[in-house]
Amino acid sequence: MNAINRLAVAISIASLFPLSAFAADSKGTVEVVHWWTSGGEKAAVDVLKAQVEKDGFTWKDGAVAGGGGATAMTVLKSRAVAGNPPGVAQIKGPDIQEWASTGLLDTDVLKDVAKEEKWDSLLDKKVSDTVKYDGDYVAVPVNIHRVNWLWINPEVFKKAGITKNPTTLEEFYAAGDKLKKAGFIPLAHGGQPWQDSTVFEAVVLSVMGADGYKKALVDLDNAALTGPEMVKALTELKKVATYMDADGKGQDWNLEAGKVINGKAGMQIMGDWAKSEWTAAKKVAGKDYECVAFPGTDKAFTYNIDSLAVFKQKDKGTAAGQQDIARVVLGENFQKVFSINKGSIPVRNDMLSKMDSYGFDSCAQTAAKDFLADAKTGGLQPSMAHNMATTLAVQGAFFDVVTNYINDPKADPADTAKKLGAAIKSAK
Amino acid sequence: MSSVAVFSKASPFDALQRWLPKLVLAPSMFIVLVGFYGYILWTFVLSFTNSTFLPSYKWAGLAQYARLFDNDRWWVASKNLAVFGGMFIGITLVIGVTLAIFLDQKIRREGFIRTIYLYPMALSMIVTGTAWKWLLNPGMGLDKLLRDWGWEGFRLDWLIDPDRVVYCLVIAAVWQASGFIMAMFLAGLRGVDQSIIRAAQIDGASLPRIYWSVVLPSLRPVFFSAVMILAHIAIKSFDLVAAMTAGGPGYSSDLPAMFMYSFTFSRGQMGMGSASAILMLGAILAIIVPYLYSELRTKRHD
Repeated sequence: MNAINRLAVAISIASLFPLSAFAADSKGTVEVVHWWTSGGEKAAVDVLKAQVEKDGFTWKDGAVAGGGGATAMTVLKSRAVAGNPPGVAQIKGPDIQEWASTGLLDTDVLKDVAKEEKWDSLLDKKVSDTVKYDGDYVAVPVNIHRVNWLWINPEVFKKAGITKNPTTLEEFYAAGDKLKKAGFIPLAHGGQPWQDSTVFEAVVLSVMGADGYKKALVDLDNAALTGPEMVKALTELKKVATYMDADGKGQDWNLEAGKVINGKAGMQIMGDWAKSEWTAAKKVAGKDYECVAFPGTDKAFTYNIDSLAVFKQKDKGTAAGQQDIARVVLGENFQKVFSINKGSIPVRNDMLSKMDSYGFDSCAQTAAKDFLADAKTGGLQPSMAHNMATTLAVQGAFFDVVTNYINDPKADPADTAKKLGAAIKSAK
Repeated sequence: MSSVAVFSKASPFDALQRWLPKLVLAPSMFIVLVGFYGYILWTFVLSFTNSTFLPSYKWAGLAQYARLFDNDRWWVASKNLAVFGGMFIGITLVIGVTLAIFLDQKIRREGFIRTIYLYPMALSMIVTGTAWKWLLNPGMGLDKLLRDWGWEGFRLDWLIDPDRVVYCLVIAAVWQASGFIMAMFLAGLRGVDQSIIRAAQIDGASLPRIYWSVVLPSLRPVFFSAVMILAHIAIKSFDLVAAMTAGGPGYSSDLPAMFMYSFTFSRGQMGMGSASAILMLGAILAIIVPYLYSELRTKRHD
């Protein structure tokens, strides 16, 4: 064997030995699995990472892009089954309780931090209940999104001769008619199942009120799901659907938002992450675009909360890292930077009462005011379309029935309400 | 150089020589056994449990199958598979055989034309699905093109019509697979003995009759392979649906593979997803096993 061959053999054999990275002077490594990979989200996560590393821990990033988290959840499940879960993962809604019931989440590591930082008084009860299991904190909430917004392009409204933003469904239909006559798309909508269900739950909230919404979409009461109120809500949904963009079937939400930004469409029903599209197009809230609560839902607030859950780890050294992440996430600086970048509002009650001092725009300030008000009246409800109110199986059943209803020109509301009841019963 | 002794030393190396092929194949056999049959068995077991989003082993009997049969979406997906599979295999075979027969006529530039027809095979189903989604889009694709060219009354909105969207899937899949089937049949046709054809011509048969009665029946093995390949493409179609319609509008273009994926992974109903996977396997076996049996039995008699 000549020298080159011997060198090649030596390198091949050497590469068989695992090379471990030694993090010197680190108090511990924490791996975080999340799907905050778009521009603004990544900037916010980098703030978290910088602070955690300043505190002396090593942050191992496990970002999994795409699918609104579907890919990340699949990765998470495979790792959990393999016995190698990450230290922290982005899980939200009732999924947290499902994961906790399998015994994989750590119920002890956040106890001290919660007591020190007084999380119970810092967070609204609904918010803290979302991240608790059997009374123990298993996750830390990161931000609050409001889902029942209607985004309006005031220029388009002016051109179509609409003087007032719609506050009831009748005004919404009148505005839609005027927009159609003026040649604009009344409602920009990409007909993907989750978008259809976002509109569905907004209409249910408007027609059945916050109590009716809770009975039907959160408690899954069969009488509420098949009753006359639901039939009325489905009839109104069909009417709203007639104003939707006909070419929008299957489009992503941000492409449809682009139509409103460019002045081709007048309105869009979407959560406040739509703000990031407007900000990226350099538009200013209140001037270039307006956000109003979906007609008929100004006393209600459907929320979507992102949260980071902590897993039980074999290596006890990661506990300190997990606690530090939780502490930093609920700190004022991260809350401000993250929510400003993502278009949401902070979870801390003290920040919500003085939003203008942090530089949030007018839409966020309205959202915060409504959050605090609706929390007292019972108008604060979890969003079904965004996996906050039910398990994924039930949400999937809703998606199937609603999206079929919207796409079938011959669909009958009474029939569909019955189908809805049956589908939810078999998915529970 | 001394000559090597004719009789070799007995034992170790001889035994190694006999065992060597088996040893080399052993890892692949092991992987197939575990990775393929082992996991099929695991899925089969899971379909009788009440697994939700992580596997659990609580026995649930046939409950998951019962829930599956109550599920409207599963019936739509199964019906779509029957329609899509049947049309896809049938139309692709017809187009593939026709193109192969035409190319077999000793034409000029045969190599060039053959390559063009074979090109779609090089694309992945995702690219095919996306490209055809744009082509069949009502406001932007062929629809708009033909209207702009003057044919005002033309309307091709199958993609957003719940009753017709399956045909769009068939169009895209046929376009992709026809070239490959054509290549298979061309190879088969080239292998046909010319003396049989000359004998038939002496008997006075016309060319179409020769093809229909003499040549094609002798290509039965090629038909067999073609149907196997097309059936497997049809049943595992997931990327085509995901790229073209994502199961929409509603769930009218859903296929079983997509149903299984979304129920097992996105919706955390692993028990139902496993049951649907086992039913898919059952459907495939019900078709393939008799066909395999009949084809291989005939071979032995030849």
